[in-house]
Amino acid sequence: MRRLSGPLIGGIVLLGAVVICAIMPNVLAPYDPLGFDFGALLAPPTAAHPFGTDQFGRDMLSRTISAARIDLQIALFATLFPCALGVLIGLFVGWYGGLADMIFGRLVDLVVTFPFLVLVIAIVAILGPGLVNMYIAITIVGWVAYARLMHAEVLVQKSGEYVAAARVLGYSTPRILFRHILPNAIRPVLVYLVSDMALVILLGSSLGYLGLGAQPPEAEWGVLIADGKNFFDQAPWIALCPGGVIVLAGLGFSLTGDGLAELMDVKR
Amino acid sequence: MNRGTWLVSRLLQIIPTFILIGLAVFVLARLLPGNVVEALLGDRGTDEAVARLTAQLGLDRSIPVQLLQYFRAILEGDLGDSLALRIKVTTLIADRLPVTGMLTLMAIIIALGMAVPLAFVAALNANRWPDLLIRWVFQLGLSSPVFYVGLLLLTVFAAGLRWFPVGGYGDTFGEKLYHLFLPAVALAFSFSAVVMRNLRASILAVLNAEYVDFARAKGIAARLVLFRHVLRNALIATVTLVGLHIGSLLGGAVVTESVFAVPGVGRLMVDSIFSRDYPVIQALTLVLALLVSLAFLVTDIVQMWLDPRVSR
Repeated sequence: MRRLSGPLIGGIVLLGAVVICAIMPNVLAPYDPLGFDFGALLAPPTAAHPFGTDQFGRDMLSRTISAARIDLQIALFATLFPCALGVLIGLFVGWYGGLADMIFGRLVDLVVTFPFLVLVIAIVAILGPGLVNMYIAITIVGWVAYARLMHAEVLVQKSGEYVAAARVLGYSTPRILFRHILPNAIRPVLVYLVSDMALVILLGSSLGYLGLGAQPPEAEWGVLIADGKNFFDQAPWIALCPGGVIVLAGLGFSLTGDGLAELMDVKR
Repeated sequence: MNRGTWLVSRLLQIIPTFILIGLAVFVLARLLPGNVVEALLGDRGTDEAVARLTAQLGLDRSIPVQLLQYFRAILEGDLGDSLALRIKVTTLIADRLPVTGMLTLMAIIIALGMAVPLAFVAALNANRWPDLLIRWVFQLGLSSPVFYVGLLLLTVFAAGLRWFPVGGYGDTFGEKLYHLFLPAVALAFSFSAVVMRNLRASILAVLNAEYVDFARAKGIAARLVLFRHVLRNALIATVTLVGLHIGSLLGGAVVTESVFAVPGVGRLMVDSIFSRDYPVIQALTLVLALLVSLAFLVTDIVQMWLDPRVSR
């Protein structure tokens, strides 16, 4: 086992903090995130309220902590669904080649000409705003990156001797694909998945901010910031504190992704 | 393949791409769940009104006929009428697109202005403190959502210091530049991080290349080597990067325009979602994808001009 690099440890610590907030927000949050306090409206950050309070006197630190759960959910669902779809498609197209390969190539070219965010927004517009529809939209657009990685890797693995051996032994195609090729080809995909989590956290909070992702009263960092933007000249902390947390969470995922790539020797 | 043939075949490729984009947008628009027209009209959905709007949107015909009409309309430059604003979508887009174009262009200039010099500083000091500092700042840039950078800039430079307006768009060219400056910086931030990273890596690779050693061994001054050999090669990579990222910049413009209330196509798109103005959303998706594929085309041509190996 190689030594863990400094940035990787930093990334894992940041991610650990997000996960802990998501698992037990009630233990960590100093106040009830929905508790009004009319004695402390729009109060600036102090020792009692490190992130200040909002227009209803709700403690922003507690609101930010309780929002970690949805943002972590976004990081997982908005990468796992596209990953699963992309891996399946990449696996089959890489294995069978021919016509499937040609159609796949055209499809990939087509999807990349659409600006990612614009296409996701267009699909959300059609399906209607909300978290579930956001996941569907991100899956429809996001599988391409995973399929490309998987496709390239399957082409390499396909000619490996162990595949020939499995064929000679008369194993069925599904068995060769899923039991033999998949475990050998999945590594770059998994490393990309972690880095992609950083991107979808930013994407999910952006959509939440625009009102297209998580819907209030669901607590999500982008939604909190959208709430706070109306007060940005009197009480900038309402928007700025949760935003800082998004940056730290994004940093956590991208440091972990870069660190894993280095550790597992995956070239990008 | 010589340059001429390469150019012609590359130009011809745009035709199938355009057709596929059109087809994809058509399919996308048909994914609308349920009866769109009834959903659009809501309580005002009398039978007569539903029938009229269905006919207006051309939804009363068979799918192949709809598809033919759709392509014919696009070729004639007709993208339908906005349901919310009651004007031609083409007029609306023609009105708003220059704003987004200017914002994106300013963002590219600002991003390159920040990234190119800093990438040189970082690469020439590789793994010493200036390099580490620059890389950490840009790492933060990569982890910051564009709307958050925008709000930070608004809080500090517009609400706090009052150097810049809070949002909107001016009348004269100078006013427009002034109004778009903060949004462009916000949009440029994460893109400049991407450029910096790549440029730093490619400068390092070029610095270690044999022809640079050779040029140095010939006794050419280090600075001259840097500019004649290193810069040229590194810039080819950067041009490609700009081309490939036009799409993500346009996507970022959607968010930026919403934060700063800039009246461009991005804000139009978000507004149209809330007013359920499907013809506008459909047209914008189409136009933006066509623009990106044109950007890819221009990138390829510029790249061929800078690096003749591309056409071979």
